[in-house]
Amino acid sequence: MDDTLLRIDGLTKAYPGVIANDSVSFAIGKGEIHALLGENGAGKSTLVKMIYGLVKPDSGVMTLNGAPYHPAKPSEARASGVAMVFQHFSLFNALNVAENVALGMETPPPMRDLARRIRTVSETYGLPLDPSRTVGTLSAGERQRVEIIRCLLQDPRLLIMDEPTSVLTPQEVDILFETLRKLQAEGTSILYISHKLEEIRALCDHATILRLGKNVGTCVPRDTTAREMAELMVGSSFATPQARATEKGAVLLEIRDLSLPAPGAFGTPLRGISLSVRAGEVLGLGGVAGNGQDELLDALSGERLAPAGTVHLKGSDVSRKGPAHRRAEGLLSGPEERLGHAAAPDMSLTENAVLTAAHRKRLVANGFINWTRARTFAEEVIARFDVRTPGSGTAARALSGGNLQKFVVGREIAQAPDVLVLNQPTWGVDAAAAAFIRQAILDVAARGGAVIVISQDLDELMQVSDRFGALNEGRLSPLRPVAGLDIEQIGLMMGGAHDMEVADVNAWP
Amino acid sequence: MIRLEKRPQPSRLMSALTPVLAVVLTMVVGGMLFWALGANPFEAIRTLFWDPLFHPQFAAYSRPQLLVKAAPLILIAIGLSIGFRAGIWNIGAEGQYIMGAICGAAAGLAFYPSDSVLIFPLMILAGALGGWAWGMIPALLKTKLGTNEILVSLMLVYVAETILGSVATGLLRNPEGMGFPGSRNFKQWEAAHNAEIFAGTGTHWGVVAALIAVIFAYVLLSRHMLGYQVRLTGEAPRAARLAGVNPARMILFCLGLSGALAGMAGLFEVTGPAGQVTIDFGSGYGFTAIIVAFLGRLNPIGILLAGLLMALTYIGGELAQLMLGLPAAAIQLFQGMLLFFLLAMDVFTNFRIRLSQKAAA
Repeated sequence: MDDTLLRIDGLTKAYPGVIANDSVSFAIGKGEIHALLGENGAGKSTLVKMIYGLVKPDSGVMTLNGAPYHPAKPSEARASGVAMVFQHFSLFNALNVAENVALGMETPPPMRDLARRIRTVSETYGLPLDPSRTVGTLSAGERQRVEIIRCLLQDPRLLIMDEPTSVLTPQEVDILFETLRKLQAEGTSILYISHKLEEIRALCDHATILRLGKNVGTCVPRDTTAREMAELMVGSSFATPQARATEKGAVLLEIRDLSLPAPGAFGTPLRGISLSVRAGEVLGLGGVAGNGQDELLDALSGERLAPAGTVHLKGSDVSRKGPAHRRAEGLLSGPEERLGHAAAPDMSLTENAVLTAAHRKRLVANGFINWTRARTFAEEVIARFDVRTPGSGTAARALSGGNLQKFVVGREIAQAPDVLVLNQPTWGVDAAAAAFIRQAILDVAARGGAVIVISQDLDELMQVSDRFGALNEGRLSPLRPVAGLDIEQIGLMMGGAHDMEVADVNAWP
Repeated sequence: MIRLEKRPQPSRLMSALTPVLAVVLTMVVGGMLFWALGANPFEAIRTLFWDPLFHPQFAAYSRPQLLVKAAPLILIAIGLSIGFRAGIWNIGAEGQYIMGAICGAAAGLAFYPSDSVLIFPLMILAGALGGWAWGMIPALLKTKLGTNEILVSLMLVYVAETILGSVATGLLRNPEGMGFPGSRNFKQWEAAHNAEIFAGTGTHWGVVAALIAVIFAYVLLSRHMLGYQVRLTGEAPRAARLAGVNPARMILFCLGLSGALAGMAGLFEVTGPAGQVTIDFGSGYGFTAIIVAFLGRLNPIGILLAGLLMALTYIGGELAQLMLGLPAAAIQLFQGMLLFFLLAMDVFTNFRIRLSQKAAA
């Protein structure tokens, strides 16, 4: 008896100009947690899309349980027992949990039965979830549970999870891992996609490592060091960010008791946020997604004006000034969403350079844009930040996520900001590019700038920050020096439990 | 199996080629339509596109008409295209055109029979203001109350038409017109007449204004920060906010500008080719300009060419009715086909066709 569940043999998929998967082969055993490891652009997504029936391979064969397997669409994959939890949730905020689950089913049972089944599954696998809650009120971790339960209701033999921990607190990660181990014990196989090496070492039985579309090695993560895996992934060793002198200067940005109502039905209000950042300092703000990160960035960039007296830049009150004024005064920001927020997808990189650098780089004179200067600046960013693109005339959406991220972060850094606010600066960026961006952030601080990094990647925050705080439901935890913080304390800060009594006294009169 | 596959980035070649392909396809399918109606398709196409310019007998009359008809279309379409670029959909140019004509004519008639040289400039200004004010209604309702500018601007067309009916038979009626509806005829009042600048060419002041608008829009969109912000707002509204664009101000600017240009077009029409404010002086230019704007790819130079082409089908259509006895509806169908094929061909700017052997199960 063969105990291989899924065997992949010579799977190849080419897109115009790029071979996403080049003859990839590996096998997943029954009841095995198998890691799929690789940088962004290594071909992980294409590979799992082929397994899930979203993309048709050019050549190669798959065998599931000994039988040929070639799903033409996801519903066929699901019928064969393959389920997938995507990195980005496809849930409707205005509907409740059971309704959302029903929407993904071909023949949903009556709502009452479904709610009962959801409850049963959630209790069996230790995923507490109330089927009647509106999804808009759930945390990111709870939303992920909805997606997982949606999959588990189909009794899958193979569960694919795409970067599941990127939105979770350490405690939630522990809960998820317990669930996955329970599934494994029942004989379900799991294909676990991640680039977080420690996680893979803790959870997975085997790992397949992809680089540039090729399978470059399989290893047993428990017996392999994180460094070794990382070097397999990248193909060479990469520089870890260098710490710099710790001398701090004057306060450049100060926020005093900033409160803002939620921007929409499912936004988060900001509640009494106070902080200050000094020249040469990096402040890291963690927290689970959806706890006020986007709202804080909008309030700092000037996209949403703040109540007078709350935002002070180099001693002057800029609360009521818009983005252009704040930028002119040296406060630069990089939002999380690359396409559509930090960059206009169909505009060229040159045009996107004008987006935020028009004033500071003098790309505009008397209202007229100097396209020659704009192109020069765009090319400077491309060269300095190693953006891989045919040229500055390329449309932003034609760049891979990591390359565009390097461009939009580079565009701000190249303008020599006094204060730089970045939200998720390395989200979806490969390890080498992430290290590069982190180094650039540290260089801004070393040059005497003040930096706020908002991120969900705790490792990243620990690497670059001098002080750390966490956002929870629009409140900011007390800021702590990073030196001496351990993962438990951070988890509690993110969960909002730490210093709760004190916070409560302040928040509720 | 034919599949559409998204291109990694929009094809510049296809973007330039689609209007040409659309025209060719319209000729082919339109020719078949005319053939089915019993006309010789080649003769019909020639009558539509060739005869207005080169027919030995009619061209002398129809050639100047080309500019007369193209000018208002281009002037209005330029204004609309700037709004469309920013994602602000002014569908009510026809109403702004009518209100511009009424306001401009009224401002002039208030000084009748003065022969000051300032009368005509004053009328142009008042026409622009009238169209601007009519465009500001949907703009303010959108910025203050969040209403949909498509619906509001469209419905205001019918309000404007009702007002036109009222003033043509009431307030602005020619007191010496023996009870006939319609204002004084501006052709008989030199100070207010939008006469041909070069006799026999159809070049009136509206043609000049349209040309200036084309150049202005071209410079605005390609070189000026404001034009950049217009494009940015249309392509990525959140990125525009990050860049410091005030969305409310953008709405006011776009609807105000397109309203003012449409209002001017109305004034030029009523003081020139139409001659007087009548219930039906407008020929639907405000609506046809929407087709012109898209046919011209929302690009000023493209709009210039599209306006001329559309004017050609108008004039050619009249000739075809006259000479071949084709019904007016067939001509309108032909014009509609143009937009239809344009939008259909447009898909290939962002997608390409892939042939795959295996049919989907």
